Formats: sequence, C-alpha cells, structure tokens
Amino acid sequence: MAKQILLKNIDVPGLADFQVYRKLGGYTAAEKALKTLTPDQVTDEVKKSGLKGRGGAGFPTGMKWSFIDKQSEKAKYLVCNYDESEPGTFKDRHIGQLNPHQLIEGMILGSYALGANTAYIYIRGELFYVLKIIEKAIQEAYKNGFLGENILGSGYSLDLYCHPGAGAYICGEETALLESLEGKRGNPRIKPPFPAIVGLYGSPTVVNNVETIATLPWIVNNGFEAYAAIGIGNSKGTKLISACGHINKPGIYEIELGLPVEEFIYSDEYCGGIRNGNKLKAVVAGGSSVPILPASLILKTAAGEPRLMSYESLADGGFQTGTMLGSGGFIVMDHTTCIVKNLLTFARFYRHESCGQCSPCREGTSWMEKILTRIENGQGTMKDIDLLVDIAKHVEGNTICPLGDAAAWPVASAIRHFREEFEEHVKLQKCPF
Amino acid sequence: MQEKITIREFNRETLDLVNQIIKRYPMGRQKSALLPVLHIAQSENSGWLSPEMMDYVASLLDIQPVEVYEVASFYSMFNLKPVGNCVIEVCQTGPCWLNGAEKLLAHFESRLGIKPGETTPDGKFTLKTVECLAACGNAPVIQVGTEYHENLTTTKADELLDQWRAEDKISHTNPYL
Repeated sequence: MAKQILLKNIDVPGLADFQVYRKLGGYTAAEKALKTLTPDQVTDEVKKSGLKGRGGAGFPTGMKWSFIDKQSEKAKYLVCNYDESEPGTFKDRHIGQLNPHQLIEGMILGSYALGANTAYIYIRGELFYVLKIIEKAIQEAYKNGFLGENILGSGYSLDLYCHPGAGAYICGEETALLESLEGKRGNPRIKPPFPAIVGLYGSPTVVNNVETIATLPWIVNNGFEAYAAIGIGNSKGTKLISACGHINKPGIYEIELGLPVEEFIYSDEYCGGIRNGNKLKAVVAGGSSVPILPASLILKTAAGEPRLMSYESLADGGFQTGTMLGSGGFIVMDHTTCIVKNLLTFARFYRHESCGQCSPCREGTSWMEKILTRIENGQGTMKDIDLLVDIAKHVEGNTICPLGDAAAWPVASAIRHFREEFEEHVKLQKCPF
Repeated sequence: MQEKITIREFNRETLDLVNQIIKRYPMGRQKSALLPVLHIAQSENSGWLSPEMMDYVASLLDIQPVEVYEVASFYSMFNLKPVGNCVIEVCQTGPCWLNGAEKLLAHFESRLGIKPGETTPDGKFTLKTVECLAACGNAPVIQVGTEYHENLTTTKADELLDQWRAEDKISHTNPYL
C-alpha cells in the first residue's frame, strides 16, 4: 500500500522531464479539473479527502482553502512553502528534485480552486539547485500549455514562479514567509488577520506545504473517497517520513498512516533497525520541535497499546507521554547518544533562528542554550535543570509565532523523560558519554 | 585579505536577469525581488555584500538603502564581511551531529588551520558552521556554493579539499546560471 501517491514513480529515470511525467499519466488531473470541475468542486474534493497540511501543523487543507475571501476584488495567491528547514525533515527536497511536475500540477489545481492567477513557490535559498530544476520544469509546463494564458482553452490563466529564500528557518512560518516574499525580514505577523484574508501584498492568500500540494493531483484523479480510504481514523492518506539518525537505512519513506512505529523502525522495508545492532534509546518523531520520547513510549503508548504512525496515536497521552507527527522528520537515537548534547544542538538551532521580535523567544532561546552548554560541559548545577524547565514554560505560548513553542518543547520533554541524565552530568561534573 | 571598496556594476546580461526577476512580481512590488537580487549581487561581489553593493541593489530596485541593509543582515546566507574564494559550510544541527559532524568540522579546522568564521591567509577558504541543511538522511552534510556534499567522511573531505585547491575553487558563482 505504501509508495502509491508521492513516491510511486520516483525511481523512473528522467521523471523531472515533462514528457516522462506526462506518459505516466501526469497532468491528467489538471485536464480533468480545468475541463470538467468548477473551482468549488476541486475544493470540495480536497475537503472531503481529509488531507491535512503536511508541513507540520496538520491543519485540514480543504478547510484552510475555504477561509479564502472569494468575494474580495483583490488578486488571490497560492504560495507553496518550500522552506523545508525543520531539523530531521528532508522530504520536500526529494519531490522538487526528482518529481517537479507533480508539484507544478498540484500548484495548478490549488490555484484554480482558489481563483489565483499568480502563484509562487518559496524555496529555501540553500536549495538553489532544486529551484533550477523546478524552474526548468515550469518552462516546460508553459511550453506545453499547462501554465500561462487560457490553459487548455478553459479561460483560466496562471503564472507560476520560484522565489528563493536566503537562510532563515523562521520563513517556514507562513506569515514570515509572506514578509520574506515581499522582500522584507522574516518577522512573523500578528494574527488575526490570517493570510486567507490579508496575505501576500494584503491579498487573500493560501500557503501550503510542498507535500500537501504534490498530493492534490492524486486526489483529483482518484476522488476523495479513494484517498479517505487510505490511512486510519482522522489520519487519512499517506505521509512522507524522512528518517535519519542511528538507523540502518536512513531515507524518505511513503507510509500509509497507521503503520505501527515498531514496524517502521525495525522492518527492512523501512528503517531496517538500529545501526550496529545497538539498542534504541529515543526518537524525535516529527522534526526537532516535537517532544522527544524514550524507546518505551515511542513503541507503545502509556496505556500499552502499540504506537502507530498517525496524528492521533503519536499524540496519545498528550505531552506527558506522547508527541506529534509534525513534519514527519523522524530522528532515531541509539543507546550511545547523549540526550543533553543532542538537545544542546537543537537549542543552538532555535537561538540562531529566532527572529528576535518577541523577548521571551529572543532571550529564552539564548538562555536555554547557555545553560545547556554549562550542563554539558560539567559546570551545571541541579538548580539549572529546574531553571531550564521554568524558562521553557515561560517561552511557550508567549510569542507571536510557534517558534517559541518549538524551542521550548524539546527542552521540557528531554528533562521530563531523561532527567537522570541531566542530573548525572551535574553530579559527575562532565558528560558521561 | 584586501577589502574591496569599489563595486563592479552588473553587465547587460545580469541586468536582463534582474529585470526578468522583477517582472515576476506585481507592478510596484519590485521590492519582492530583493532576496533573489541580493543572491546575484553577492556572487558578483566576491561572495559578500559590501555597503556599496547594497546601495547599488537599492538603486536597481528603487528602494531605500536601509531596506536592503536590514534584510541582508537578517538572512544567514548573506555575508556582510569579505570571505574566501571557497566558503565551506558545515552543518552542526542534531541529525548531522548524531552522525559525526563534530569530527568532520574538527578535521576541516585542522586541515585548513582556521576556526569557523575565519579565512585562510591565502584567501582561498572560509570555514563556516551552519544550521540544518535539510539533508539529514545523508548526514553529515556540507554546502559549498550551490553544491551539497553528503554522507561526508574525513577521507572524502580530503579528496574535495585537494580538488578545490587544485582548481582554485570559487563558490560564489551566480546561482541562476
């Protein structure tokens, strides 16, 4: 059942070429939509499919679209969030590099549904070589009449452009991304108003993740029922999981939501188990921001049920004993890993990436890095551990955008589940690893 | 290294590219082209953005110089000080750290005789640490210009260094070309 929507043809040589993609049934969803469906019908399909945003927040895509102010006389915009930067997440790079036309076809479908005649793909600046592959594919799409004026004689027109970022994780936050696209610093905006009402250039705008958009052609081709039939509970469809760390087979896997975590980690079809036959210690299941879980809680819930790769199962137990599916950045650590040091690299990351607008985040991320450095170097005190918990508590929920939460959760969860390891650093006055 | 205080204005071909990029945004929204144009400007100015170069970009986009400075100083890919011909950026975030990024960085430091943020006396190499490059499955990872080098070992790092030395590698090429 896996590898059916996003990675189905990923190994076909030359897939980035228009003709190859077309021969495999590419652009038939765009034809179907523009020739036989109204924009509202496309929105309806997506709504009923149960597709959720694949960037991390998991907000229902069709619902996000329905907030757009269609009565507005202003231009509407669809913007693809290709600012993939969450540590552990490397799935979107793959799509643009190997299958750019599926992304472009998804952009056509989404733009048509929203009534947008201009759309942008905002891609992190480090991925310029991917940007060039996508730009070449866009040129092919123009040449073959799938972009530009009056597409397929439907009367609908769309211009699509790539826009590079320049190194800022915060631009993955949708309002920071829009600021950045307007040529400004990536400072998140205060919401409301949400982008659906006041977005790019003050116009109604939807921002969707790469994977979300690349899923649209399949839904339009096969219908919402077929999509909703895949997955489990409210976790419909498939999800790309980028797995890394101490596993035998790091890589990008398309899984049907609901796959047991244990199977994902140990089966040869996926991660292939822990390297060198080592013992599993901990997993960060959905990108660096989500709570870390020890082996016992990632394989089974606190109630002893097998943990599944789904929005609901990973969140089972709340933050006390659960975590989040997030972006699907699955970071695996074996028993040789120092949890404090790993956390310190995350803390440094968030300090580096804080935009500096909100003082709890600007100051808090830097304090957390400082204190963790102290503990890791054997100069910490027991009080420092409680101080970290306290700072994390005061950063969380007190910032304009979720970067504050993203910085606080890893700290709070690492201490919640691995407190003895922090204490050991203090007692030994050095890192035990 | 010698600081350059004069800038070379863009040639016709580069100006055409800039104008083509400006047209991607609505009329009056040419400021949107700032990040792409700064990438080009940096490549045309030995890999860094001098105040003079930023003023020139402001004039091209018909915006105030300060609008360029505040943006250039926000994004980590823009260098506001001179750099070496070949800038080596080593990822240090969690997944790369789990797979030996510290050892790799130490290896670059000892081979080049410099610390992160420094440039070799001959001006050939600058070493930088960077945060997550989104290639965690192939950790550890480094970036040089628009190239990613993945699953890097110290042996492979040595091969790359020898190659870059031999060819006088320049990492700040126009990313659009």
